[in-house]
Amino acid sequence: MECQECHERPATLHVKQVINDQETKVSICETCAKKKGYITYPEEGYSLHDLLTGLFNFDNFNMTNMSENQLNQVKELQCSKCGMTFSKFKQVGKFGCAHCYESFASKLEPIFRRVHSGNTKHFGKIPKRAGSGLQLKKQLKNYREELQQLIETEAFEEAAKVRDKIRALEKGDKEPEAGDES
Amino acid sequence: MSLEHFIKDALSPWMYEQGPDNDIVMSSRIRLARNFATVTYPILAEHEKLDDIRSFFKKEYEHQTFQSYKDLEFVSIKDLTPVEKSVLVEKHLVSPHLVKRDEHAAVMISQNEQVSVMINEEDHIRIQLYFPGLQLKKALEEAFHFDDWIEEKVNYAYDETKGYLTSCPTNVGTGMRASVMMHLPALSMTKQINRMIPAISQLGLVVRGIYGEGSEALGNIFQISNQITLGKSEKDIVADLESVVNQLIDHERVARGFIMKRSGIELEDRIFRSYGVLQYSRIIESKEAAKCISDVRLGIDLGIIENTSGNILNELMVLTQPGFLQQYANRTLNASERDVLRASLIRERLKLEN
Repeated sequence: MECQECHERPATLHVKQVINDQETKVSICETCAKKKGYITYPEEGYSLHDLLTGLFNFDNFNMTNMSENQLNQVKELQCSKCGMTFSKFKQVGKFGCAHCYESFASKLEPIFRRVHSGNTKHFGKIPKRAGSGLQLKKQLKNYREELQQLIETEAFEEAAKVRDKIRALEKGDKEPEAGDES
Repeated sequence: MSLEHFIKDALSPWMYEQGPDNDIVMSSRIRLARNFATVTYPILAEHEKLDDIRSFFKKEYEHQTFQSYKDLEFVSIKDLTPVEKSVLVEKHLVSPHLVKRDEHAAVMISQNEQVSVMINEEDHIRIQLYFPGLQLKKALEEAFHFDDWIEEKVNYAYDETKGYLTSCPTNVGTGMRASVMMHLPALSMTKQINRMIPAISQLGLVVRGIYGEGSEALGNIFQISNQITLGKSEKDIVADLESVVNQLIDHERVARGFIMKRSGIELEDRIFRSYGVLQYSRIIESKEAAKCISDVRLGIDLGIIENTSGNILNELMVLTQPGFLQQYANRTLNASERDVLRASLIRERLKLEN
């Protein structure tokens, strides 16, 4: 069936209107339906961002059960560095600065879990400069895991080599661990 | 301005190289989101701070070369005309979001257009690298090297447990989005793709059409990318994505073989009709153009159409976009004027092949 408005595109929407007991039916395509105002979209459709802010607001319904005092506390959660408030963050879905992660830390775990399929920890790249101590830590952790596996499979010769690597690392760089401020 | 070739040529230089499986995978991309540790993010930062960041990149990196990414061109978005902005978006060198934030935004592009660094987008820094065909691992390796090079001069916002701290919680952790652009005409024709998309989504990956709106994928071109950035390393994310892409490639090949065997003459007819439309039409809408271009590309891949370069899909898809047409005409065009120019550009482009 073709659209009754433009007679070009196929009709995909069938609208039934009842005004003063008068029933009218229109078959119309999406483009014409938008023009005629039968359907409306928010600006540029429904974005991932809308979905997200929806997710962030999931604890809203809990708020109704909170006391006045608790409510104020929630509202006042604000980043000391950039001034972003938690309610604004939920609205725009964006952090204002790196420090926001700390400022809102108590509220973020469930959000990360929702957005990242239950994950809350980073397992990837470590920046060279910001994380020189961290890289060493990670290297040691990897070696220890490798060592454990080698011992379990009784590959003792290999295991000894890995053990020596761990010792060398531990001897060489004791300081970075202590200097790790992040 | 030396910006000229970025704007004039529909094909980026790297697209002329052959990549693995590039009859189906058009390109692989890695994007890394990074921020300065001590500067407020672009959505809240004061104008002077954002200007400082832009000046910093201009001073430190303009015309610099890193390995094969030569002579970075520095472009302030506010210096561009509206048409130039749309062309950069259509070539995927910048995001639509970057050109909307034009006051402080900038981009650095290498001469081969393989690397672009967006400045003051949603994050302070977004590095993206493109490779022809399916080369995610290679792209990741190169992206890491490039990232290290930038990091020599920038103190990144990073946390031991949360990783790279991005403006949007959907990017935190690796800050990485890996994606591939795939041409999947046979899976679309047989409607198999509709069944595969939900399955792929369950693996933390997203499938969407790049051109066109909503669920339809103009030109049967799909983008598959990772959704999750926490809990998995970049290497694992890329490996998972690659294994799904490899399966899609296999299914697409099987479906192509099946259609050829079962309805070879109908397929040949469809392909040559589309070829005819592109060669002779005088008015063509972008939707019809995309469909015909996809058919012709399939014809090339299956050896039905000979003596025509496979790059035609990439090239014509960009060439026939509104911004590109207007830059070619050197004026703004309304929709029907665009349809006429589109038809004429396609005709001329196809003539060059024979």
